[in-house]
Amino acid sequence: MITDWIEAGLAAATSDECIVIVRDAGEANLRWAINSLTTNGQMHHRSATVVAIRRTEGVGHAGVLSGPVAEEGDLVALVAHACAAAADAPASDDSAPLPDPVVDADYTDEAVGTSIDVFSTFANGLGRALAASRDAGTEMFGYAEHHVSTVWLATSAGARRRTVERSGKVELNAKHADRIGSAWVGQATTDFADVDADALAAEVTRRLGWCENRIELPAGRYETILPPSAVADLMILTYWTASGRDAEQGRTVFAGKEPGTTRVGEILSPLPMTLSSGPGALPAAPFAIVEGSAPGLTSVYDNGAPAETLHWMRDGMLARLPYTRAAAAASGQEYAFPSDNLTLDVGSSVTLDEMIRSTTRGLLLTCLWYIREVDISSLLVTGLTRDGVYLIENGEIVGMVNNFRFNESPIDLLRRAVEASVAEATLCREWNDWFTFTTMPALRVPDFNMSTVSQAY
Amino acid sequence: MPPGLDPRFTALPLDALAEAALRRSKDLGATHAEVRIERIRAGAHRLRDEALESSTDATDLGIGVRVIHEGSWGFAAGITLTSEGAAALADQAVEAAKISRPLTSRPVELAAEPVHVGEWVSPFRIDPFDVSDAERIARLVELSRLAAGPGVDHVTANLDMIDEHKFYADLAGSRTLQRRVRVHPLLEVMATSDRYHSMRTTNPPAGRGWEYVLGEGWDLDAEVAQLPTWLAEQVAAPSIEPGRYDLVIEPTNLWLTIHESVAHATELDRALGYEAAYAGTSFAKRETLGSLQYGSAAMTVTGDRVTEHGLASCGWDDEGVEAQTFDIVRDGIHVGYQLNRQMAYEQGLGRSNGCAFADSSGHIPLQRMPNVSLKPADTDITVPDLVARVEHGLYVVGDKSWSIDMQRYNFQFTGQRFYAIENGEIAGQVADVAYQATTTDFWGSMEAVGGPSTYKLMGALDCGKGQPGQSAPVSHGTPAALFRSVNVLNTEAEGAHA
Repeated sequence: MITDWIEAGLAAATSDECIVIVRDAGEANLRWAINSLTTNGQMHHRSATVVAIRRTEGVGHAGVLSGPVAEEGDLVALVAHACAAAADAPASDDSAPLPDPVVDADYTDEAVGTSIDVFSTFANGLGRALAASRDAGTEMFGYAEHHVSTVWLATSAGARRRTVERSGKVELNAKHADRIGSAWVGQATTDFADVDADALAAEVTRRLGWCENRIELPAGRYETILPPSAVADLMILTYWTASGRDAEQGRTVFAGKEPGTTRVGEILSPLPMTLSSGPGALPAAPFAIVEGSAPGLTSVYDNGAPAETLHWMRDGMLARLPYTRAAAAASGQEYAFPSDNLTLDVGSSVTLDEMIRSTTRGLLLTCLWYIREVDISSLLVTGLTRDGVYLIENGEIVGMVNNFRFNESPIDLLRRAVEASVAEATLCREWNDWFTFTTMPALRVPDFNMSTVSQAY
Repeated sequence: MPPGLDPRFTALPLDALAEAALRRSKDLGATHAEVRIERIRAGAHRLRDEALESSTDATDLGIGVRVIHEGSWGFAAGITLTSEGAAALADQAVEAAKISRPLTSRPVELAAEPVHVGEWVSPFRIDPFDVSDAERIARLVELSRLAAGPGVDHVTANLDMIDEHKFYADLAGSRTLQRRVRVHPLLEVMATSDRYHSMRTTNPPAGRGWEYVLGEGWDLDAEVAQLPTWLAEQVAAPSIEPGRYDLVIEPTNLWLTIHESVAHATELDRALGYEAAYAGTSFAKRETLGSLQYGSAAMTVTGDRVTEHGLASCGWDDEGVEAQTFDIVRDGIHVGYQLNRQMAYEQGLGRSNGCAFADSSGHIPLQRMPNVSLKPADTDITVPDLVARVEHGLYVVGDKSWSIDMQRYNFQFTGQRFYAIENGEIAGQVADVAYQATTTDFWGSMEAVGGPSTYKLMGALDCGKGQPGQSAPVSHGTPAALFRSVNVLNTEAEGAHA
């Protein structure tokens, strides 16, 4: 039993303190292209991360090692190596006391897995969609994956935590035979029970229909509706740069005007936006699991500390920034763990379709791609539109438009957004390898900067 | 004596595991089966202002089995290194192939490849994992102190180290054992007192050991010592006037443009559409191979997996294909794609040129790029020679921000330093610069390439591709080169709104 292995590992630790995280991970995936399945697979992996901590005058020196664990001896050996590394390690910048211990009632439960069978219903629908696409002379591409990880986290302070992380996604891309017309839909899921392949195929086919009429537009500033998926990609990037400590050091867009200060308390948007994360409506572990410190954002010393629902923006105002416990103590701030989900809500009841109908002339995007920082101080990013830029005239979509390269700052877009839709669960496009669960509205921006035309489709 | 294969890896029952999986695959009717057993150790240190922020040391060890059964691929991977476990993975792989069968439109066949048996170890002198944490961190602290200077508010120092062992066996009889070691130290300085500015070293990751961190192959200390000066110049630099400029681009910047606009664009799986929903496709279409004018006559690009210290170099790829060198662009014409065995067969292109790679035993091999490099001029044209040809332009050093579209047409890059060129002379730095172009226009505007003395082997540790996502190391060798009339943006103006 894995929890017995963990006890053996903790018992073998020679360091002052020790944290053991064991992750038993199952994965299954399907990939298809040009109306045909191209690859599939199922994988199982079990690994452990050991954080051995040596204390000198209360300051931690950490040895952090990860490795595969097939049997108890592997974990005990990993603990020994981590303790040896801790003996050699300099003081940690993110040193903090171990969190107060919590014991979960299900701690000793076994691992939960997944297999290729999770796709059985979905694959039938996919088969129908691929056949229909062949018959229609179009092409379908895409990918589906499912992950289930059981995580046990134990500390020498007595914490015994267990959680099961379930995540999955499906992306479906349809193209005309000339591969100019292109449409995309995506969905996040925990178990594929809620994935309706027929419905996804119908929606992507409907959107491909909008590409029958092809319109060329030049670069410039356009009234643009960013759909929830595009908003998600921009907000995730913003979230990742939101370290409170980095802001205090003048290293991010959230740096205040005075040295050592941040923009917390500043109104970022005229819309009553609330940005939040944490366990609740969207899946997230109820405690911090950190297998390697992300400087300024998360710390291995915080393993097992609470991961709570936190509001980063309220009513359009920047309310707080993420801090590790060490950084929070140094700055006189509160510890704030950035969970792996994100919700932006304006309280709107307007639907995306209603936003389209109220548009005289503007662009509707599908998603954004290859988003990269250009200027950290303003969070200016560049990127491309992808798989469907649609022209709206007098409340109706009249055709597809060429793709564009854009240059924009998500923070500036929040300031300039004039309307938002109801928030809905959405799968981001650019970052969905790392970030699955978001709830986002569509945003209307009156003057989105399409910097140049891209010939890509 | 240089390090060889790690006996702790070769002591694993590699042949027995392979035999168990291959025999079961064959018994179940597989026409092709391959086994990879990989151990990958990745270590990293992150320092900020000489303090240790993060230190990790992660090892991945597992086994993957891929089969072709009744014309369909199947794959399974796990961590149980027993004969029973290996045979069970063969069972799962065949089952996965059966699930694929109804959704597979044409049977998979592979280009032929001779049987290979052998060992290969990348050239390095000192295993970075044999160096103690304390010694590694002390070196980063030493470099951090070297980087500190007037106007520097913060210094970060990073070190990444990878030690990759790979065993491959297939039903045809190939058996190969390989080890690749690579490291990447990186220093960055920041000024935050007014607006945020940063400057980092341009040294690439290298297929070398700890000796590289000490200065072998790149004078890291000399570059680090210059960072405060370069940063101060950038802080004081005037903002660029947007417009068209001639660019002399250093290898430390041009490698990334090659990577994005040539190397990715000439992956055959992209051109055929296999990456259409994710990484994207390519403007370099299969039907224009041999005729597409990719760039000027000065442009010759090769792919290879044999360059010494190259990050994609190896003895054999992950389908058992021997490492090779091949032309991609010759005298400006697109003449070659990167191949794996399935696509080489399907497209009638003969033997695979050895571009299959999986980043762990838990992933299938994808078509991944080899080292893709721009050929220098035969004569030794220097950077000053190139600059002397420019009346009004920019000299570009170091990579920074990059973005390119899903067909590899439209790109935008920034850099670490942009220097004004006036009347054939390099003047001071200018700020807020990005260059933006369409791939064929850009390479068509390349008037000259530098000679061998300007050539550098650059690269990346973590090129991403595929679903599930995989990361691959790759090198790009390039000389400096001169490009005419490239569109230059002012990034401040791009982000400005009323």
